[in-house]
Order: sequence, then structure tokens, then C-alpha cells
Amino acid sequence: MAIATLAERAETLSELLDEIAPALADVLLDSRIERGELTLRVHTPTVARVLTYLRDEPNCQFKMLVDLCAVDFPEREQRFEVVYHLLSLKYNQRIRVKVQTDEATPVPSVTEVFGAANWYEREAWDLYGVYFSDHPDLRRLLTDYGFEGHPLRKDFPQTGYVEVRYDDEQKRVVYERVSLRQDWRSFDFLSPWEGGGLLPGDEKAQGAAD
Amino acid sequence: MGLATPAEAAILRRGEGADPRLFERVNQNLQDKGFFVTHLERLVNWARAGSMWPMTFGLACCAVEMMHAAASRYDMDRLGLVFRPSPRQSDVMIVAGTLCNKMAPPLRKVYDQMAEPRYVISMGSCANGGGYYHYSYSVVRGCDRIIPVDVYVPGCPPTAEALVYGILVLQRKIQRTGTLER
Repeated sequence: MAIATLAERAETLSELLDEIAPALADVLLDSRIERGELTLRVHTPTVARVLTYLRDEPNCQFKMLVDLCAVDFPEREQRFEVVYHLLSLKYNQRIRVKVQTDEATPVPSVTEVFGAANWYEREAWDLYGVYFSDHPDLRRLLTDYGFEGHPLRKDFPQTGYVEVRYDDEQKRVVYERVSLRQDWRSFDFLSPWEGGGLLPGDEKAQGAAD
Repeated sequence: MGLATPAEAAILRRGEGADPRLFERVNQNLQDKGFFVTHLERLVNWARAGSMWPMTFGLACCAVEMMHAAASRYDMDRLGLVFRPSPRQSDVMIVAGTLCNKMAPPLRKVYDQMAEPRYVISMGSCANGGGYYHYSYSVVRGCDRIIPVDVYVPGCPPTAEALVYGILVLQRKIQRTGTLER
């Protein structure tokens, strides 16, 4: 079977959008098809309803939650965006649903709709501090026991606040304030991909070509 | 063992690994005299260096190179290295990969459970000094902050040969510095 081109995929997705848009008209903020991918923006409190609809509607059958993650945009008033990626195995289609929130506003948990969301939501809570209401067990998932802060927020310092060391007198691993011998140095200005122009030594090759 | 010349004794004292003619000489001594003479300590060190059982402690991608070293091409078994799933049965711990803050207490616990004499090989940049994750909020900047390390194997990840070389270096270290005393 030939792989569908971007245009073909965009066409089937716009047909899908035409089918689902009326049912979600009251909650849909925005929808767009870019690079052959369909993205819906919906009202935050209604996300569980939207996902249930997409899962159960005979024409959609998005039965698989592939990913749930958060994105931090510190300059926005609603700084967090929670992104849900769904896959329809029956129709071989994917869809992306986005909602916005801030530090204080909870997002309704979708664990009732997709069991897979359980740990994804714990991860998003752990790393970004997005609160999910009605989650059965919203604990930290990845970071250390007793960790403070949400490390993937843009305002979290890269090196964090504490480091560990084994203390020979106390006979246990102790936490201390982080102290670095040398600060982090960024060499990105050297990279041609970062707009730094030539790498050292390349100017000779350029001179030879002229 | 039946050490005849001072030069041969010096080789073992310097701990330059197993002499290729060692078995030949031991054999000759046994055939000629029916016995051979050596220091107990050297015999013990020779035995210890010849059967270092590593604790399986793969933490990240370095563990894959460790598996290569253990698999048929480099075959660590022929050096007497047999991976053990329990710290109680292990002599050496190969810390292969990134050591996270959360993993540091379990690493120390496993190390404390190993019987003396015990040795540690730190494998790869992350275990040596944090490596790529040196400035991360969640990574220990070198596993020597948690446990004492005998041999550092550099690389990201080190090749299987590099790890095997690190093991040979540790064998030399044991033969050079190992004692019966605790």
C-alpha cells in the first residue's frame, strides 16, 4: 500500500474535522491542519468529554492515548499547555488535542477515559506542576523522593538546588546545596545551526572556493 | 609460582598480570621436584584476580557495552568474570551508566552488602564525573561521591575492549596491592 502524501492525509483529516466539528462546536476553540496533522484546541474543563467523544464516536474510534504531555510557555498568561495525542487503529489516523492552564487551575483528569493517562498525568504533575483534578493517585513519578520544584518548568535552574554525597560519618547519602567548580558554559554560538556563521577553520575552505 | 630468577619474581611483584610462561614453569617444577614454592599472599591474589565476579549494575547505555564485553566476542568468562545477580556473591561492581540522585542510596546499599574484599569499576563518562549530565539537577557528578572507585574507564560509552582493559587493569591492581589482611 502506498504511503499517503501530506495532501492526501490533510484531505482525510479535514473530512474527519467536518464530521466532528458540529458535535464539539460549543467547546472547540480552534482547529488546524498542519503538515498533515490535525490539532484541536478545546476548553480546559471539557477535555474529558472531548476525549470520550473521540474515543466512542463510530467515525473516530481514537481508542489509544499515545502520549500526554505538558509544555511551558512562561510568557503566556495561561503558561501551560497540556497536549493529548490519540491514535485510531481502526482508521489509521492520529489527532492532537490541546488545552491551556496555569499553575493554579486544575485540568480534569482523563484516567477514567484512558487508563494510560494515569502515569502520564503523574509525570506532567511531577515535571511541570500541572494539577489534574480527580486523579486517583497524583504523586510524583520520576524525580527523587522529597524533591522540591518542578524541573521542566522554564524558570527551574538547570542544575537544581541540591546534590548528593555519601557521608562517611553519618554512614548514609546526604543532600547538600549544589556547588559547582565551574559554571555551565554554552558553546552554541560556535554552531552554524544557531546562526553563529562559520566554524573556526572553515573560513579557509571558503577562501579557496572564491 | 616456583620462582627461580629474581627477574621473574620482580614481574609478579610489579603485578604485570599472568606471565604466559607461568603455567609452564609451575608444571616443570611439579614434574621435576613434585612441589613449587610461593608466597601465600601471591597465591591468594592470583586466585582473586582470576575470579572476579561482577555485580550486575547496568544503569544506562554503558550497560549495553558491558553486555558486549560479556558476550561471545570478548567473552569475559575466560577472565573468570561471571555476572552475579546478588551483591553477596560479588567481588567487583561495574557501575555502568548515569547515576541519578534517586539511585544513589540504593547503589550505596548494594555496595555495602558486598563482601570484602570488594572493588569498583566506574564505567563511562557519566559514572566517572557526571559526563554529559554534569550540570543536570538529577544526576550525581561522579559515582565516586557515593562509593570508592578503583578503576575509571573513560568513554561515552567505552567500547567493550575498553571495559576489558579496565578489568585487566583491576586484575593488575589486585595482584599488586591485594593483601590477606582485612
